[in-house]
Amino acid sequence: MAPRAHRQTGPVHLRPFGPHALLAEVADASAALALATWARTVGIAAGEVVPAARTVLFDGLATAAVEDLRDRLLTWTPDAVAPDIAPDIVAGRPVGPVGPVGPVVEVPVVYDGADLAYIAEQWGTDVEGVVARHIGTAFTSAFCGFAPGFAYLAGLPSEPAVPRLDSPRAAVPAGAVALAGSWCGVYPTASPGGWRLLGRTDVVLWDATRTDPALLPPGTRVRFVRA
Amino acid sequence: MSLHVLASGTLTTVQDLGRPGLAHLGVPRAGALDPPAAALANRLVGNDPDAAVLEVTLGGLVVTTDVGAWVAVTGAVCPIEVDGAPRGQARPEWLAPGSRLRLGTTSSGVRSYLAVGGGIAVEPVLGSRATDTLAWVGPPRVEPGTRLPVGPLVRRPAPHDTPRPPRAGALRVHPGPRADWFVPRALTTLCGSTYEVGSASNRIGLRLEGPALERVRDGELPSEGLVLGAVQVPPDGQPVVLLADHPPTGGYPVLAVVEEADLWQCAQLRPGETVRFTPA
Repeated sequence: MAPRAHRQTGPVHLRPFGPHALLAEVADASAALALATWARTVGIAAGEVVPAARTVLFDGLATAAVEDLRDRLLTWTPDAVAPDIAPDIVAGRPVGPVGPVGPVVEVPVVYDGADLAYIAEQWGTDVEGVVARHIGTAFTSAFCGFAPGFAYLAGLPSEPAVPRLDSPRAAVPAGAVALAGSWCGVYPTASPGGWRLLGRTDVVLWDATRTDPALLPPGTRVRFVRA
Repeated sequence: MSLHVLASGTLTTVQDLGRPGLAHLGVPRAGALDPPAAALANRLVGNDPDAAVLEVTLGGLVVTTDVGAWVAVTGAVCPIEVDGAPRGQARPEWLAPGSRLRLGTTSSGVRSYLAVGGGIAVEPVLGSRATDTLAWVGPPRVEPGTRLPVGPLVRRPAPHDTPRPPRAGALRVHPGPRADWFVPRALTTLCGSTYEVGSASNRIGLRLEGPALERVRDGELPSEGLVLGAVQVPPDGQPVVLLADHPPTGGYPVLAVVEEADLWQCAQLRPGETVRFTPA
């Protein structure tokens, strides 16, 4: 049997990842989230669909499913998701809600982080300005990583970015709200961490005994409010 | 009934088939590192394949039971005693109430599996009883004093199981997603060299030392999803084969992916032993 010809007509570039997986490379985290959401919505038969900063990993594929998925991914376009958000994805703008729209999760924060003054300096504002910008930003959970339930929250502009610490803190407490680059995140459990600390929240980000263990799975919209 | 743990050696954990499907939430899959050995132990005592077993690192486990139980030990070779009398590996043994089962220091391999008829019945976490040692999702590590509940017997043990254990050999590798981060001969170097197992190897990864896999780019990728068996290469060029507790995402480029059926060998290689790779 002759190998099937695959032609890329969409924005997805595929990379091999062993016999049971495909790595789909896209422009940015918004497109990755849109692709992962599409895959979940149409019911792609993958054991894992893992969005990340510029990729979506499809793992746990049956051998026969790999070729089919390859075809579908190479012709996938963001308008396969929903017409109202496709232009944002193409333009690389942060995407708001994708797919089934759940309620916005509100996260109350006490803004007393050790790096507030540093962030203010990087952003060219004062501490009140930092808090106002953080509260005023509509965030979306783009993907999880680093630790169970740790969501990379998109929504801040790419500039001015806040660099990580050169050397991570040995212990960051659970509930710490922090920034790195243009990402915001909340530490679900106490761990070492190199992100800049804005404040803290009492909200439980991760509870393995809940039906939905992660509070902020990919696609969740997030608003921070003053506690 | 329950098992009472008197000693637990270097590291003993509860393992089953793991909890795949949660990588997008940052949860490692976990599960027995030598799946054929764990499956054999379960078959021998009449358990279903998804029953939980104990994974014992380098021996040193001592348990007693309050009610009689069928047990079987597979995987890494170690002396097995019940109340001081030697018993066989890879066959069902009856552990009478109050008797003491001891796994001595392993003589070859790293991880032994103890299955109990009925399975270790600790409360599942997110659909699995496996302990992940990266983020510690799942039951806590087994310590002296732990009482482990055991489930009801599903069927009688299978004393005549005649398994054909998988044969050790070179690890077969498929091309990985980031070959373009390496010099063109990197895969040839990986497959043409002998690598030594490093002492920092664990359930997260098999760390190898040998000819450096030369990169043409410095730095890290934006984090991306990782698969079981990915051969990840940090800036020092020394490969790491990712095992069951690997982080779901990472930023080091992946040169190759080890065939899943060969990964059990990574569970049994000791620091200082050598390993080779071959194209799949």
